[in-house]
Amino acid sequence: MKKLISLLAALLVMGSLAACSAGSEEKVDTIKIGVNLELTGDVSVYGVPERKAFEQAVSEVNAAGGIDGKLVELVIYDNAYDQAKAVQNTEKLIEDGVVAILGSATSGMTMAIAPVAKDNGLLVFTPSGTNSAVTMDGTVVNPWVFRSCFIDPFQGRVLANFASNDLAAKKVVIMVNSGSEYSKELARIFTEQLNKNGGEVVETASYADSDTDYKASLTSLSSKEFDVLFVADYAKNAGLIIGQARSTAGLEDVKIIGPDGFEDPTLNDLAGGAQNVNNVFFSTHFSTLSNNEKVVKFVEDYKAFTNEESVSVFAALAYDAAYMLFAAIDAADSTDPQAIRDSLESLPSFSGVTGDISFDELHNAVKPAFLIELNNGVAVNATIVNP
Amino acid sequence: MLEFLNQIINGLSLGSIYALVALGYTMVYGIIRLINFAHGEIYMFGAFAGMLAITVLRLPFFLALIFAMVVSALLGVVIERVAYKPLRKSSKTAALITAIGISFLLQNVTAMVMGNNTSAFPQVFDQKVYDFGGIRINSLQILIFGVTIVLMFLLQFIVLKTKLGRAMRSVAVDKDASVLMGVNVDNTITITFAIGSALAAAAGVLIGLYHIRVVFWMGTAPGLKAFVAAVFGGIGSIPGAMIGGFAIGLMEAMVAGYGGSMWSPYRDAVVYLLLIIVLLVKPSGLLGKNVKEKV
Repeated sequence: MKKLISLLAALLVMGSLAACSAGSEEKVDTIKIGVNLELTGDVSVYGVPERKAFEQAVSEVNAAGGIDGKLVELVIYDNAYDQAKAVQNTEKLIEDGVVAILGSATSGMTMAIAPVAKDNGLLVFTPSGTNSAVTMDGTVVNPWVFRSCFIDPFQGRVLANFASNDLAAKKVVIMVNSGSEYSKELARIFTEQLNKNGGEVVETASYADSDTDYKASLTSLSSKEFDVLFVADYAKNAGLIIGQARSTAGLEDVKIIGPDGFEDPTLNDLAGGAQNVNNVFFSTHFSTLSNNEKVVKFVEDYKAFTNEESVSVFAALAYDAAYMLFAAIDAADSTDPQAIRDSLESLPSFSGVTGDISFDELHNAVKPAFLIELNNGVAVNATIVNP
Repeated sequence: MLEFLNQIINGLSLGSIYALVALGYTMVYGIIRLINFAHGEIYMFGAFAGMLAITVLRLPFFLALIFAMVVSALLGVVIERVAYKPLRKSSKTAALITAIGISFLLQNVTAMVMGNNTSAFPQVFDQKVYDFGGIRINSLQILIFGVTIVLMFLLQFIVLKTKLGRAMRSVAVDKDASVLMGVNVDNTITITFAIGSALAAAAGVLIGLYHIRVVFWMGTAPGLKAFVAAVFGGIGSIPGAMIGGFAIGLMEAMVAGYGGSMWSPYRDAVVYLLLIIVLLVKPSGLLGKNVKEKV
């Protein structure tokens, strides 16, 4: 039943969109951009804010006269977090004559549509696909896929800079989950960058993914001299580690830093209560707490445009992706998909709401992260930290 | 040296939990020669029962602990009556496989009812840390150790000083002779399951409070380790299970604390390696009796 309803909803959306695009075909001077998002289904919570941010960006750019005098028009299809649908949508978008595709929100859908887009010479720009394989075609980069978010391990670099510069840490100890690639990569890249900054990783303690008792490792770490504890893991383990650290002698107040895996409503509970989550910092893609003027303006405009109270990370990433694409089209001086791709690839650093973004050779975004400080389990402060 | 003493405290807290679970394994094995692989799931069930008693029934902690023990004892009895009793005359393999089946059943039903996400056990006590000249013990560790010791004395009292205990010991030695002596064997076995399950549930509630994370698969690894503890101490022997539990807990803490990044992730492997060595060197375990089984 639920499936039927969502299918009907999807059909209705498509119907109305088809009607829109049919009506506007007489206008010659529009640039059609395809949107392929998870608007229904399990992960619509990612796709829906991204759609709104795309629409906001388009309405702003059109209000300012469009790109090179041409108005931008979105052709939006829902893939319902279904790979087959995502591929179908891509084929439809190609028929509709779009110049590029924004989306999808998830790595899985983006990887499903990447081969189709590549075969048809159309670029795919995902705001939030963080899997490192998304922009790859086997062992080489897929020239047609880009993303406006950083990939997970990249946070190791930002966290090391934060530890060295903002926390003035010289000596760091790391807790690493030996059963998780995410954790091991973060720890590796963190260590590299910290060494470059003149810091030192005094000790790396490993544990298995299913461990729940960290007291022994923490007791052993507490005999070392260090400034910051880096817990490179998701909340399910990190929460427990934070809680157990707070009841270990010598670690009651030590600064704990971690990746975006900390951003999870269960973190405080697993740490044994919000009162244990002090002096904890984690990196993430975006935060509305930042007093950066671009962020403040975007948050205000987004709230006004959508009539919503909160602004999700996904909206911010999508907003930047849309503007980067506009900038690439503008710089290409053409609506030829190949020209737009080349222009996006060589786009000089772009200054967006999630920071100054450029691409590395694998089309991953090189950009700052937002370091959130938790006080009594509540985010109180966001610092922008450059890579 | 201080760190070493602190590690011993960490190990004893963890060991208490393994010992409580190991007692159930060893008692059931002692009385019907069945390795009850569903026992780890009773521990998991106990943790959930304790959590719900606190969050839904709003019971204070010690009542919640007793509630979880009673409910889990009932579950243990139901499992024994429904799954094991009909198989008592069949081969041991059939009962063993049934035990594994029950283990999966309990895990999956729990995942279905409670969801497959991690839940957080409510923190009902403010953790205090006591400092004895550098040796630091937190209040939860004292609670775990205290409850375990009390339950162990209670169990020893039941087994050694009561009529029920005498019945349990006699069934363990010779079932048929016990029947002839007027012992109700079925009831004795059922009560053994109830006591074992209650102890596992107590361990589950304590670990919930200590480690906070409660999830449907949480019984698997501690269940296996408690089994290793029971074998290490000599399966069938109650003091053996206690010693085995503490030994495994201490060993884990030492490997995790001193193993460095090379060994510490493999602390579970070290525990299983120990099982293999024990089985090779002293197959009957530390305190086990070397009884030749009649074929």
